[in-house]
Amino acid sequence: MTVDVFREFRIRDYHERLRKKELSVGELLEAFLGRIQNVDTQIRAFLSLNEEARAQARELQENVPEGVFPPLWGIPIAIKDNICTENLPTTCGSRILENFVAPYDATVIEKLKKAGAIILGKTNMDEFAMGSSTENSAFGPTRNPFDLRRVPGGSSGGSAAALAALEAPLALGSDTGGSVRQPASFCGVVGLRPTYGRVSRYGLVSFASSLDQIGPMARNVEDCITLFEVISGSDDRDSTCAPYPPFSRQDIPPEREIRKMKVGVPREYFASGVDEAIVKKVQEILDLLEREGLECVEVSLPHTDCALEAYYIVAPAEASSNLARYDGVLYGLRGEGSTLQEMYFQTRTRGFGKEVKRRIILGTYSLSSGYYDDYYLKGMKVRTLVRRDFEEALEMCHFLITPVSPCFPFFLGERTASPYQMYLADVFTIPSAMAGIPGISMNCGYVDGLPVGLQILSGPFKEGWLFGLALFLEKALSLVSPFPRLPERS
Amino acid sequence: MAEFYVTIGLEVHCQLLTKSKMFCRCGTDYIGKAPNTLVCPVCMGLPGSLPVLNTRALELAIKTALALRCEILSQVVFHRKNYFYPDLPKGYQISQYNFPIGINGEVKFFSQGVQKSVRIKRVHVEEDAGKLVHEGPGLPPNSSGVDFNRCGIPLVEIVTEPDLHSPEEARDYLVMLRSMVRYIGASDGNMEEGSLRCDANISVSPSLQELGTKVEVKNMNSFRSVFRALCYEIERQRTILEKGGTVIQETRHWDEREGVTVAARGKEEAEDYRYFPDPDLLPISIEKEQLQEIEKTLPELPLERKERFMMEYELTEGEAGVLTQEKDTADFFEACLKEFHKPRLICNWMLTEVLKNLNELNIAISESKVTPEALVELIRMVDKKEISGTIAKGILEEMFATGGRVREIIARKGISFITSERELEKIAREAIEKNPQSVADYLSGKEKALHFLIGQVMKMTRGQADPEMVKNLLLKELSSGE
Repeated sequence: MTVDVFREFRIRDYHERLRKKELSVGELLEAFLGRIQNVDTQIRAFLSLNEEARAQARELQENVPEGVFPPLWGIPIAIKDNICTENLPTTCGSRILENFVAPYDATVIEKLKKAGAIILGKTNMDEFAMGSSTENSAFGPTRNPFDLRRVPGGSSGGSAAALAALEAPLALGSDTGGSVRQPASFCGVVGLRPTYGRVSRYGLVSFASSLDQIGPMARNVEDCITLFEVISGSDDRDSTCAPYPPFSRQDIPPEREIRKMKVGVPREYFASGVDEAIVKKVQEILDLLEREGLECVEVSLPHTDCALEAYYIVAPAEASSNLARYDGVLYGLRGEGSTLQEMYFQTRTRGFGKEVKRRIILGTYSLSSGYYDDYYLKGMKVRTLVRRDFEEALEMCHFLITPVSPCFPFFLGERTASPYQMYLADVFTIPSAMAGIPGISMNCGYVDGLPVGLQILSGPFKEGWLFGLALFLEKALSLVSPFPRLPERS
Repeated sequence: MAEFYVTIGLEVHCQLLTKSKMFCRCGTDYIGKAPNTLVCPVCMGLPGSLPVLNTRALELAIKTALALRCEILSQVVFHRKNYFYPDLPKGYQISQYNFPIGINGEVKFFSQGVQKSVRIKRVHVEEDAGKLVHEGPGLPPNSSGVDFNRCGIPLVEIVTEPDLHSPEEARDYLVMLRSMVRYIGASDGNMEEGSLRCDANISVSPSLQELGTKVEVKNMNSFRSVFRALCYEIERQRTILEKGGTVIQETRHWDEREGVTVAARGKEEAEDYRYFPDPDLLPISIEKEQLQEIEKTLPELPLERKERFMMEYELTEGEAGVLTQEKDTADFFEACLKEFHKPRLICNWMLTEVLKNLNELNIAISESKVTPEALVELIRMVDKKEISGTIAKGILEEMFATGGRVREIIARKGISFITSERELEKIAREAIEKNPQSVADYLSGKEKALHFLIGQVMKMTRGQADPEMVKNLLLKELSSGE
């Protein structure tokens, strides 16, 4: 069996076939493992595969539940390599953790296992989630399934590419400044950045603790909802996790209510610097929404400009501290040295890549005494202004609609020379991350065979609204899940 | 010799008496445990792990700050103190910075009979680090290991203003502080086991107006070593100044064996810890009601209790001081008084015989087998002259050894006591009659003869009479016989 038949499948379709015994859990798994074997030498979405997956599939098949299936029963899923998994490496795309195997499962992994999911493997990413193209992985870049010369976005590029190439039906990513939404956009799939605190971070290797969120990624909105229902909810192992029960699809307003809602269009997100074809595509969506009865109003987020700058103060500051633990003492790579200090230097010089070092230095600088007030503290103040921007704008409307990225998937190597050019790729996803509000990234069409992503933002804990509008659009646009033509290994 | 002024400030760390660590659920009972057996991903700082505050640690820290008469800040914020060291698995310590638990406190204590006061600058909570191990099973030569059992145990840090002016004052403050944290159940304050640690800042100046150069002394593992290290350091700085030299601002380590302080190795540039609020932990508001609840659990503190003992029971400062230094001792004393309200008598027994027995057994009063009721029973018998003091001391020893009650011991040992004075009178008379020579000797002025007579009575009673009583009876008989 090949995966081609699964192109338009939703979880409920897999479950229907599994229930009717037209498909076994093992066959389902083999189809995806076969696909990975066929195409991943070109895509390079995976860093490691789960050797226990087949045994897990057998075990599930031997105990088919009598009644309703657990929500992800028998469904394979790809996991970004910064989410800890017992018995599978968690490298964060870094040499420094090349051989690191966590002795525990992240909370989301526990939840996935309880829901019956089978972990396929771990996906490639920019080192420690720092990047927008997956080119910062120590283990080589992932390629965009729509054009192998182009990047899949990042940092969750491996997860997004795996979904687009149908190497996996579901995936987890993490979003600090756009790392779920931007690659979802570049690869034509669906990705949600939840409200900060909606999903437990326990077991997510920290990059910038006050911004990191694990996000569900899928080939269609419905599966993204199902995955979010499974992974969300409070966790007494994460103090920053909100004390609310898991998300339920019952919180999604019906279509007739969505039609009565108001959409805000932030003018700063359609300014110069955005690819005109992208603006045009998003404008088409806005026109469609108006035709369907939704009111669209122009709003302003005046601090959009400084959000990016503030982000590159706050996130590296937290990262410089979060990454201090990679010192070669307890685990991971250890450099040689005749003194303790030399060992530290060797370990971190060899273990970290260029971008990670850049951000550690940046963050160390902005936290240093004498600079703290001018940089870190000021960055935090700007963050408050950015948050207020969104609060005020969202008083006038239910949603904000923007492009996910100002540009199309760029060529490998195109932006690596200029970090600032690379940082600009996240200019539309960073402000909402700084505000802690949820955002969904979904495909809204193609230009010259390359997907264009649409971003829908709303207030804290309004994921139900986001899903409602996304489902509505998916239907209205008659969107089909991506299935780019890939040269298979003969 | 010119006069020099000594200024000392102390920084004390106490391990808080919580069952689990500060940010995870690992136990805290690490003494004697094999290395790295009380650890988990959180206290080992493994990638992806996150801290969750043990609220008991916060309560104990607030209780400590309240006992030290601090103002309690309305918001608790945890900061990260960033530095690299192998015993610090995250590369930062979760501590507090500009929002500590308490500020502006005060501790009163007695030093050499005079009441003193030291201002408390701040009280904050933080997590303990692991411990480097340089030898042990499985450790190759010339290498070091890290034991993380201690890592993550909650500590309260208590920083004084530079208000202490002699090693004696520093020691007496420490004794009071230890007493206080033990009273409130915040810490067991054991310096030898490292649950109370003390660093000192010392400066010596020829002028009262100006402070000298501050030197930090670390690595003092007992009250005695704090005292010795301070004496040494003051002398060292004084000698330098007298020779016209300058004291260098530095950190020095106390070498217990050599009895000297040694300059710490390494660069002396001020370290930048890059403090910033820990984004993994949200700020916590301390509500007034919560503070009141904690305040209610505060017991009477050592100094108040001592003053009350002096007033209420008419004890001297020294007596009250010893009785109130440990809460258990003071509780024991007052439990005795409840049974038998003779403070003077009970105090004498406690400070001599009870303490002696405890010291010999090397146990705390809480560990002893003698209850206040049992002690009072014994003292009552002595007071009624049913047994002699000497005998009572022997019985008390037996009580400490076996936990038996006084009457049970008497019954078991078959000791019958000469209880009635009349009976003893008879025996005394008998002794006088049997030894006319000694009576004559005594009457002619030979004091020794009286001792012989006492000895005879004791012999006749098989040592079970009170020698003091025998002496008095003999004197009475001898004088009436004249």
